[in-house]
Amino acid sequence: MKLPEQVTRLGVVIAVIAAIVLLLRFVILPESFFSAKPHQAAAVVREMAKPIHHAGVAACRECHEEQYQEKYGGAHRDIACENCHGPAAAHAADENAPKPPKPREREFCLNCHAFDSSRPNGFPQVDPQQHNPRKKCLTCHEAHDPVPPKVPRDCAGCHGRIARTKALSTHALIECTACHTVDERHFTDPRGALPTKPESREICGRCHTADATDPQASESVVDMATHGGIYVCWECHYAHLPEGSK
Amino acid sequence: MNKRDFLKDAILFFPAAATLQALASDASATADATATAGATPNDYDATRHWYGMGVDINKCIGCNRCVEACKAENDVPEEPFFFRTWIERYRIHENGETTVECISSKPRPPEQTEQAEPVDPTVVRTFFVPKLCNQCAHPPCVQVCPVGATFQTEDGVVLVNSQTCIGCRYCIQACPYGARYLNPRTRTADKCTFCYHRITEGLLPACVEVCPTEARIFGDLKGQADRLVRFHRLNKINVLKEDLNTEPKVLYANMDGEVR
Repeated sequence: MKLPEQVTRLGVVIAVIAAIVLLLRFVILPESFFSAKPHQAAAVVREMAKPIHHAGVAACRECHEEQYQEKYGGAHRDIACENCHGPAAAHAADENAPKPPKPREREFCLNCHAFDSSRPNGFPQVDPQQHNPRKKCLTCHEAHDPVPPKVPRDCAGCHGRIARTKALSTHALIECTACHTVDERHFTDPRGALPTKPESREICGRCHTADATDPQASESVVDMATHGGIYVCWECHYAHLPEGSK
Repeated sequence: MNKRDFLKDAILFFPAAATLQALASDASATADATATAGATPNDYDATRHWYGMGVDINKCIGCNRCVEACKAENDVPEEPFFFRTWIERYRIHENGETTVECISSKPRPPEQTEQAEPVDPTVVRTFFVPKLCNQCAHPPCVQVCPVGATFQTEDGVVLVNSQTCIGCRYCIQACPYGARYLNPRTRTADKCTFCYHRITEGLLPACVEVCPTEARIFGDLKGQADRLVRFHRLNKINVLKEDLNTEPKVLYANMDGEVR
């Protein structure tokens, strides 16, 4: 059978196009053109080039050896600096960069140390409502070298009930000796030399007058000239758990 | 087109093809060069490593510092439902029922941090389990990717090529561990990379760096005296969903039978 000439010509054109395509695919273009390998290699390069935000303990130690040694001796030795201070690669690269924050709030410590029944047995935990709720953790515990609880050596050793009551009050941060003068003999002969109690209203007046500087006391400001008459403050108010504490 | 025009075009075509070939071979040479040069800054040789992670469930205190560090290090969206790593709380009740909640998704409001977590008397035992991509030796997510965007590197880390990924979510469905999410910014799949940019520089992944109780251990299973090798030697090791034969490289120590 004789094919019409136009069919033969069309066949030649198709054959030429097919030859060109095959030539391109298998001869001209390299195999790597079709392989995913270069794309993956490029992705690996991009992944490795991503910025580092956490510098690592070794970088912190280069400048802060003192703090590192302090931490290394304590119960927090396994905790990386950037656990509390946040990612600090920018600070490590340039000391003029903004300094990493120092968390000082109770919430931050309670993130790990608040009681939670799912935490492993023996992990140090406190009940935040019982454990000095008005105090910042850092007033008693040094974050780089926290010390396990000890028998109190100061006033709380004997006056535990008062200490625990005061710890819940707005006066939690006021030292015992701010109001009481304690003679050295009181430690060896408690009844032989009793501590003093405030005899004037000036001690309370340091905070509870209009010109006082402590903002927390400003909620309970009184006019000393007209309030209370002849009485000393503690004759009506219990200073270890004043009104407004709870 | 007549014969004369066809021949003219053909004369133009063949030098053009030759030029194209020259360009293509040049490009492939460049690609090979980047592949080798890029993979070995600081003489880093991926073939000499096989990375894995150890998680000691007995040590996890559920503080979520790893989750926050991961988000800071890897630019993971802030919303509490995008995670490369997260922590689950398991509660096993008296009646044998097990409840699991992701504590990373619902951080406690500030006014509640002053309260201890309430104790449920029906709970027999309870613990935290950190979860992340298991960097499977046989990753199901790689098999299903229709465009070859996700792949395993020579050091055993499963990565996503975000320039190839079309965001079809097949891999998110395929992952038996729920370790992938669709990044709303890039519209591509995203997952834990073991902080690939850090480990190739000799640093630890961010979650391991900040873990306060060393519940997470990072290491190289090809290393001779590596921490992870020691962890593997000295603990009773389990992996998640072993029956799926994915061969996870995240090794769990002290894992309860209820952990899924």
